[in-house]
Amino acid sequence: MDNLPRIVPVLLQGLPPTVIATVGGIALTVLLSFLAGLALLSPRRWVRALSRVYVEGFRGTSEVVQLFWIYFVLPLLVGVQLVPLFAGVLVLGLNHGAYGAEIVRGAVRSVPRAQYEACVALSLSPAQRMRRVILPQAVVEMLPSFNNLFIQLLKSTSILSLITVAEVTQRGRAVLVPAFGDDIVLIFTLMLLIYLVLSVLITAGMRFLERTAAGRVGRRPSRAARVAAVTTGAR
Amino acid sequence: MPAWDWGYAFEVLPQLLRALLVTLEITLLGSVLALVLGLVVAVVRQARIPVLDQVLWALVEFVRSTPLLVQVFFLYFALPRFGITLSALTVGVLGLGLHYATYTSEVYRAGIEAVPRGQWEAAAALSLPRSRTWTGVILPQAIPRVLPALGNYVISMFKEVPLLLAISVVEVVNKAQEIGSQTFRFTEPFTIAGLLFLVLSYPASVLVRRLERRRAA
Repeated sequence: MDNLPRIVPVLLQGLPPTVIATVGGIALTVLLSFLAGLALLSPRRWVRALSRVYVEGFRGTSEVVQLFWIYFVLPLLVGVQLVPLFAGVLVLGLNHGAYGAEIVRGAVRSVPRAQYEACVALSLSPAQRMRRVILPQAVVEMLPSFNNLFIQLLKSTSILSLITVAEVTQRGRAVLVPAFGDDIVLIFTLMLLIYLVLSVLITAGMRFLERTAAGRVGRRPSRAARVAAVTTGAR
Repeated sequence: MPAWDWGYAFEVLPQLLRALLVTLEITLLGSVLALVLGLVVAVVRQARIPVLDQVLWALVEFVRSTPLLVQVFFLYFALPRFGITLSALTVGVLGLGLHYATYTSEVYRAGIEAVPRGQWEAAAALSLPRSRTWTGVILPQAIPRVLPALGNYVISMFKEVPLLLAISVVEVVNKAQEIGSQTFRFTEPFTIAGLLFLVLSYPASVLVRRLERRRAA
């Protein structure tokens, strides 16, 4: 415990890269989830096929392999070495975006058919229909699953330590463990607590969004969707 | 030097396949642990024993909210402090199994809760002992329903095994890296490693989806 004042600052040094990777990864995940998820529902066959290849390709391979491939192999093929943190954000986004695409697809398909028919009756254009009617309802269904996905993403940021990003796990493993070997239990407990706090923050943020999104379409957040998000093992 | 050398690719393939066996072994053992422990946790939690229930809840949430990699480091580096020294492979199986047991326990719980109340009442009316109620009535109805979800988590575990290279378990990706650093050619080993995952996990997930549809129908 004597070394606590020396251990905490080193772990906190790792916080900015962890947060940047998480926030950047989430932003890219959301973008790709909607792009690929809506593409999976496209009337055009080739658009669906292209999106399917992306989704299955990234869901079917291991995240660590994807990370190593982008960090070690891609530079050999295109001649550009990526900054580790950037490569990390890219992989986190691409990987979780593939899972998110299925969330978006499932939620959009869960909107009742009558809603589509009502839009046709009101002669809304397909774009208006999606933006004004379908998505606001679908988003309510997506949010609990995205909450889980974002927590997975946060946890995955720890693998960036494998490509030398100086995030929380790397600080603990590469700097603190060699220096304060006697406090190993303390070091790892603090690391786990940091991740726990971050994931509680994500959940709090998502709960707020769930309430807001549900309120906008005159509903309450659904507990069933929250339970289903964990128990379908979709990840 | 060409971007892709087939001769080299075929040369490294057997080594990678051998390492893949290690990956599969860890997946299998880890899954058994996760499936059994998750069930135990779910059944114990169903009894709603005060304090124990809250402790289990907190433990499940904690393990599920923190990275597997850090948990594996914890087991690998901190356990020896308590006089328990395990091989990297054992730590890998243990870490993976414990981590995923928190997911499977939630899955089992959902399955158990989906069994109608009347089934419990009927078992009580027949004065079946507690153990018979579980093994003869509740679980045979709860488990088939959640098989697809459990299958999905087993596939996830398979894809998480490469994490263990951080504690020097020689699974596929670690082997690929080792080969790469000897020959300074990373393209083929890493690409093949990725494809091996795809070749196994894609058909597996198609199977799970088919099972899911059959359950839904």
